Amino acid sequence: MVDIVLIPLLKIAVVVNAVLVLVTIMPLLERKVQGWVQSRLGPMRVGPWGLLQAIVDPIKLMLKEDITPTKADKWLFTLAPIMAVVPALAVFSVIPFGGDGLFYITDINVGLLFIISVTSIGVYGIILAGWASNSKYPLLASLRAAAQLISYEIAVTMTLVSVILTAGTLSMVGIVEAQQETGLWFGFVQPVAFVLVFIGGLAETNRVPFDLPEAEQELTGGFHTEYSGMRWALFFLAEYANMIVIAAVVTTLFWGGWLPPFPSVDALAFLDLIPGWIWFLGKLGVFLYLSVWIRATFPRYRYDQLMRLGWKVLIPIAIANIVVTAVVKVWLL
Amino acid sequence: MVETIVFYTLSGLILGLGVAVITTPNTVHSVVFLVMNFLGVAVIYVVLEAEFLAVIQVLVYAGGIVVLYLFVVMLVNLTRESEAHQDPRRLSLFGLALAGVVLLELAGIVVYSYGREPPAPVAAAATSPVQGNVEQIGWLLYTDYLIPFEVASVLLLVAMVGAIVLAKRELS
Amino acid sequence: MMDITPAHYTVLSAALFTIGVIGVLVRRNIIIIFMSIELMLNAVNINLVANARHLENLVGQVFVVFVIAVAAAEAAVGLGILLAFFRNKETVNIDEMNVMRW
Repeated sequence: MVDIVLIPLLKIAVVVNAVLVLVTIMPLLERKVQGWVQSRLGPMRVGPWGLLQAIVDPIKLMLKEDITPTKADKWLFTLAPIMAVVPALAVFSVIPFGGDGLFYITDINVGLLFIISVTSIGVYGIILAGWASNSKYPLLASLRAAAQLISYEIAVTMTLVSVILTAGTLSMVGIVEAQQETGLWFGFVQPVAFVLVFIGGLAETNRVPFDLPEAEQELTGGFHTEYSGMRWALFFLAEYANMIVIAAVVTTLFWGGWLPPFPSVDALAFLDLIPGWIWFLGKLGVFLYLSVWIRATFPRYRYDQLMRLGWKVLIPIAIANIVVTAVVKVWLL
Repeated sequence: MVETIVFYTLSGLILGLGVAVITTPNTVHSVVFLVMNFLGVAVIYVVLEAEFLAVIQVLVYAGGIVVLYLFVVMLVNLTRESEAHQDPRRLSLFGLALAGVVLLELAGIVVYSYGREPPAPVAAAATSPVQGNVEQIGWLLYTDYLIPFEVASVLLLVAMVGAIVLAKRELS
Repeated sequence: MMDITPAHYTVLSAALFTIGVIGVLVRRNIIIIFMSIELMLNAVNINLVANARHLENLVGQVFVVFVIAVAAAEAAVGLGILLAFFRNKETVNIDEMNVMRW
């Protein structure tokens, strides 16, 4: 009784706290890296090298006035941030930070499908936020954002089918163990799938270059225009948590999860001295840095270019990838 | 013991949310209650050891079909009350009575059938050489039930084309 | 407390089905009627899955996959028809959808 209730609760507490701390640090990292890319220093005033900015920003958000528009639908206005945050955090229950049954909360046999389905509930947060604000700009922005999300969801799901074909299992831990058996990270076996999942993931989390729905220069701030203070912070939290989820999924599926490079080569066995979860966090950091780097470098896609990319480019490439994977797996291996 | 508590809690949730779906005057609230209902049903599938169906329920039903309903609700948002006019020939109480008759019928079936021995199954329990819920359903779908599977995919294609043609605005 | 038998799940399914029937017969907003139809389909799915576990036969779950696919197709086409009608007559009240041409 203890070990099926208490230990998972402890793990959940650790993981949720770690994610929330990471989400607090992420904006600071983003501003710093963007600053360095643009030949400036980023936030420097608060604490040494601006590091305390991560603590000061949430305090500011908590102290802000909580405004609800007069004619807004109060119940939906409160529910929308909740429906955005809860799926983003719930996904972390199946992501494996390390092996040996200790470093993940649970391993269900449909883990990958669970991740896809729960992140598709996050769409409701966006749609209801735009609707409940009772205002033109948020409504338009939220419908655009929702359309973008469900379009790229299709492309990502189809790409993940080819990854499932390669790994032979839907469970996240099983996919990493399949990479251990083959001795090769799936990033080298399925490079096209990696690129598609990463691009689709950026589009699903409304990150640049696909952040039209929430850009300040466009529809005055997008679907969270009317939200202030802690409610806005929840949307922010949901977006960064989703970004971490995409980075974690890409790491697990394509770059070995907690495995060191070339896991079956005995000569490199000294790399096993570094624990698996440090490898995982390192790779996670690489992909988070890549997201921020892309944000600092690329211009924004226009909405019709965005939809064209999702439907006319990514989905055909994903289908072609499935066919090629299936052919190779059945006839050539 | 755990299954008992979980079942009664989930049943209360599902039925309560179902009643909320059909009684809320605001249509958007109704749709949100429907989403929660479907999530509750997905948890029941997990309790019934049908994990694949649970995630398919969340992915397709709660994450796809109800989003479609939400979009349409927002598109047909009217300024006047949507149920203001009632046809004088409508007999709502008779409708409720008929629903009560349906419930009695179903209750009768439950009481009658669960008091007897189940007959020998007509469809022999399919044995598949693979382990795991997803793998077994996949095996059945691709061997014994391949034709319905292909017909279902054609049906979805036809529905997709039909929906786009119906909802498209005439370019005049 | 007694054990949870498949009869319990069938009773839940029957109750949810009846709620759907009430929604279809009493409400006048056509979108609520569509949603009540989805409730009825879900009730049937619960019944199929519960009996699939009881009889140890996975055919029940395969049937549910097809029910979900058909429900998706039906929702898409039904809402398409609704939008086409709404564009002409600006109402979602089925008591006002009583002409075949205008």
